[in-house]
Amino acid sequence: MTQVTMTVNGKAVSGEVEGRTLLSTFLREHLGLTGTHVGCDTAQCGACTVHVDGKAVKSCNMLALEADGASVDTIEGQANPDGSLNAIQAAFQEHHGLQCGFCTPGMVMAAAALLKENPKPTEAEIRHHLSGNLCRCTGYHNIVKAIMAASGQDVAAVAAE
Amino acid sequence: MYNFEFVKPKTLEEAVAALSAEEAQVLGGGQTLIPTLKQRLAAPAKLVSLSGIEALQGVRADGGVLTVGAGTTHATVAAEAGAYPALAALAGNIADPAVRNRGTLGGSIANNDPAADYPAAVLASGATVVTIAREIAADDFFQGMFTTALNDGEIITAVKFPIPEAASYQKFEQPASRFALVGVFVAKYADGVRVAVTGASEDGVFRWSEAEAALAANFAPEALEGLAVPAEGMIADLHGSKAYRAHLVGVMTKRAVAAAG
Amino acid sequence: MPKDHGIGASPKRREDLRFLTGAGNYTDDINLNGQAYVHFLRSDVAHGKINKVDTSDAEKMPGVLRIFTGADFEGVGGLPCGWQVTDRFGQPMQEPAHPVLAQGKVRHVGDPIAAVVAETPEQARDAAEAIVLDIEELPAVVDMKAALEDGAPKVHDDLTSNLCYDWGFVEENREAVDEAIKNAAHVTTLELVNNRLVANPMEPRVAIGDYNPATDESTLYTTSQNPHVIRLLMGAFVLGIPEHKLRVVAPDVGGGFGSKIFHYAEEAFCTFAAKQLKRPVKWTATRSEAFMTDAHGRDHVTKIELALDADHNFTAIRTETHANMGAYLSTFAPSVPTWLHGTLMAGNYRTPLIYVNVKAVFTNTVPVDAYRGAGRPEATFQLERVIDKAARELGVDPIELRRKNFITEFPYATPVAVEYDTGNYHATMDKLIEIADIAGFPARRAESEKRGKLRGLGINCYIEACGIAPSNLVGQLGARAGLYESATVRVNATGGIVVMTGSHSHGQGHETSFPQVIAEMIGIDESMVEIVHGDTANTPMGMGTYGSRSIAVGGSAMVRATEKIINKAKKIAAHLLEASEADIELKDGQFSVAGTDKSVAWGDVCLAAYVPHNYPLEDIEPGLEETAFYDPANFTYPSGAYACEVEVDPDTGKVTIESFAAADDFGNIINPMIVDGQVHGGIGQGIGQALLENCVYDENGQLLSASYMDYAMPRADDVPFYKVDHSCQTPCTHNPLGVKGCGEAGAIGSPPAVVNAVIDALQSGGYKVDHIDMPVSPARVWAAMHG
Repeated sequence: MTQVTMTVNGKAVSGEVEGRTLLSTFLREHLGLTGTHVGCDTAQCGACTVHVDGKAVKSCNMLALEADGASVDTIEGQANPDGSLNAIQAAFQEHHGLQCGFCTPGMVMAAAALLKENPKPTEAEIRHHLSGNLCRCTGYHNIVKAIMAASGQDVAAVAAE
Repeated sequence: MYNFEFVKPKTLEEAVAALSAEEAQVLGGGQTLIPTLKQRLAAPAKLVSLSGIEALQGVRADGGVLTVGAGTTHATVAAEAGAYPALAALAGNIADPAVRNRGTLGGSIANNDPAADYPAAVLASGATVVTIAREIAADDFFQGMFTTALNDGEIITAVKFPIPEAASYQKFEQPASRFALVGVFVAKYADGVRVAVTGASEDGVFRWSEAEAALAANFAPEALEGLAVPAEGMIADLHGSKAYRAHLVGVMTKRAVAAAG
Repeated sequence: MPKDHGIGASPKRREDLRFLTGAGNYTDDINLNGQAYVHFLRSDVAHGKINKVDTSDAEKMPGVLRIFTGADFEGVGGLPCGWQVTDRFGQPMQEPAHPVLAQGKVRHVGDPIAAVVAETPEQARDAAEAIVLDIEELPAVVDMKAALEDGAPKVHDDLTSNLCYDWGFVEENREAVDEAIKNAAHVTTLELVNNRLVANPMEPRVAIGDYNPATDESTLYTTSQNPHVIRLLMGAFVLGIPEHKLRVVAPDVGGGFGSKIFHYAEEAFCTFAAKQLKRPVKWTATRSEAFMTDAHGRDHVTKIELALDADHNFTAIRTETHANMGAYLSTFAPSVPTWLHGTLMAGNYRTPLIYVNVKAVFTNTVPVDAYRGAGRPEATFQLERVIDKAARELGVDPIELRRKNFITEFPYATPVAVEYDTGNYHATMDKLIEIADIAGFPARRAESEKRGKLRGLGINCYIEACGIAPSNLVGQLGARAGLYESATVRVNATGGIVVMTGSHSHGQGHETSFPQVIAEMIGIDESMVEIVHGDTANTPMGMGTYGSRSIAVGGSAMVRATEKIINKAKKIAAHLLEASEADIELKDGQFSVAGTDKSVAWGDVCLAAYVPHNYPLEDIEPGLEETAFYDPANFTYPSGAYACEVEVDPDTGKVTIESFAAADDFGNIINPMIVDGQVHGGIGQGIGQALLENCVYDENGQLLSASYMDYAMPRADDVPFYKVDHSCQTPCTHNPLGVKGCGEAGAIGSPPAVVNAVIDALQSGGYKVDHIDMPVSPARVWAAMHG
């Protein structure tokens, strides 16, 4: 076992892990941050997406020890300081961008990474950016719409019901 | 996963020393290796992460050559390889954004997956693979699927890409994995044209010499009329027959030439 | 103005707050004190004789608590099948045993042979690798037709063959249909495959067994769409635990799409092992494990013939289908190709004579059962594809051919044993033509052609039977369970309401939509109503959520229970207001005496029920809590018309969905936002089936599409924004809300539109292609073009 230390959602944490312990396992099992989900074992579904040093990564495809000393952000740290939903979360709720909720944490983290780089993405850019995040419930319609809305764009024109 | 010892050296020298242990293996970005470990298809006793080695990072253009550190992520290449736009575009279209934030050039070419994108760029560019021990020409580096000229413990440090006059990579994606079902990288240099094909062949990435000759004479899609790679030796799987892949090689090559302009 | 409250409003979903902040409680998020972990050693061959399972070395491995094999389950029941189909000769289907752990033989890749329980998941897996297996590989049967040939290897040695049943429907019509086809002016024939799919909810299955020796109570936490069904099946048929000693909890569940209806071996195992070891036992499937253990869907091979008279009226339909059951009968597997498929073969059309023949076949593959739509997508696909082909052969407009044959008078008794209560198929077609801008298609095609692309338009209709189901009817059809639903409405002393429902929400948003109904009925704010579901300990016996049944059946139960509440509350109000009960009116949460200004608020009536100081105790009991069980009188029949436009790249065969429009008739709508979302998701899955998804075995029974590397899931850039409309509403006539259900429509209605569009595109380019099997992948399109 090796000591690992990182900052998760702004708080310093540490734990004893094996070489093989995945970052997702560390978050879920050691820290109890079960909002990060594991939906596949081939790094395709993206349910486990978190940010490491500000960049989206698939936490089930990264060793916990690789994140030693890093700053990690998960879905649990996304809400505003007063506990209200942040702009992306609120847009997902407003536009019904989630159903079963399992892919949702990864979607929100992927969306946050996109909007940081590209504050006004086009529909095509959003869809392309989400190519590593699978959702089985929504047909992606309302996820794309929510992300457009979160970026302050008018969605009515592009996604009329 | 089987358990292993994890080390993350700060320098190449430390990495080389760590790799001298029995059953030690290099860990690049891990985007292919970690899923493989999860399936218990590999059992290294020690994983030597290269992500902490500053010397392996970075992209720089100098004298018509773009040098990319082996530990540079796809996302960084996409953002910083502006001197070689076709390469930046290729890097920006590997897998998905989260994978691009971890996956590295060195990891990709050392693995030499027959459907990976980077091998096409390295081969079509006539790049030089720099390791701790030597420099290897791209034509010598790739030796069939999942096989390279690397010796055990030999770490890639950088790849030097001669910057072409014009180039483009066109990928036709396998619908499930989004790896290349067929990907073609065309690069035009003053002294000739190189065409490298990934995804298609049972032997991994290869150069399509007939197309290179035709394009050297006339760098235009029409120059490829009537040329075809033989279906024999192509990969056949759920997603396409040998004949389909052979056909796509022609289509994607034309598109790459057209896009390279 | 859209409503902001009650039925027809779209309040934001309350469940989203937990899902958006990482505070959901999915089964894998649960960890119990002292929990051990199980790893299943699974067969890597499709068919084999188990000579020996030697666990002696493995048992000595670190952390191992116990290793179980088939022998440990000899005194335990097998996994039951919940539906018995009677074949066309009046004989019951062949029904093989399905042991929890393999006994004697393994019958598909993934069949569990042994289960190692250890202190950690990795220790369990390490020990599983140390088990020494002696398995003699036997020839496997994968292809259904080959499986029925004389001398084919038998999946089950104790059955007479690999034929589960040979079903004819309606058998009495067989000769008349043959005759009508012989005498038809035109017959269009189509042979097609409805591709095998994997449901792939994003949450893999998880089970945790727990046992309390002090009370002899077992608890199973599981990723299920129907915890009561699991409790009944597992308790009564597998483990012999009476319901009062068994609790099943299905907390937040990350999607199901049918695959989490069924009772699986891992659930029984964890419950059993927890009791044996007196420790909680947890199993979390990897995605790779899910691919080889979750019940698969579809997998039909069909020949359909459509007969028409000289005026293009449909006169008869005859189908022959081979339906794959896989290696064992999953919980509802036999019903899917029969009663959920044959009864839908009339579609939206007047066809007087229909005969459906289905041969269900055992193969050395994972069991096949219901997947979103279950039988109805298969029926719709054949019918809507053959109609399109007929239109092309006859040189008539595919929309007009459909319109000519639409059923227009309701109720309508089909020749396949169901009675449609309402519908208006011309209205949904009219709406589709409008929202899909069919008139603008030629211009769009011309624009595509300018760019070297082939553009196609595909349309189709669908009807489905959902809101399953009338228990007496399904009982006659072979169901071994009732299909009612339940609700208990508990009004608290200060007026707040808890509804305990047998329905289960795993994405459908019941916690938001169900309160809208109660709020509307009583005239109170939705925030006063809470929905409890997913735990057998605190919900009445209910059959769960699938078959688009929650609002139609579960919602109706809730309405019935609420009506009882209101009736009783009116009695209390009458007493408080010193008026006659007949004069009491309830509006906006106030009980008033008709024609007077006397009233009492909802909350005061509720308080009186629990603090009955001034209360008609001689006439009614105190308290305000009612339960209702609702058994539907009929299925509901949502219907609609769908349109898809595609572009085909003639150089590569790649199909791009350019637009997709859906005009549905779901009857009355409770929450339009949620309904839209259900349709979007269904269309996404339907496009997935049509273009991308394919579960493939090789001839040895090895699963080739065993991960997302080879099983193509639809991604955000595979699909467009969808245009959906549900303004055509013919309310269901037989349930109190007039609702029909919307969960499966998208998945049922969309695949034929996509394929019809691809064929249209290819034909427009001069390619004489009249069918391509799904998924219409680039390779298949290219092969068809250069066939």
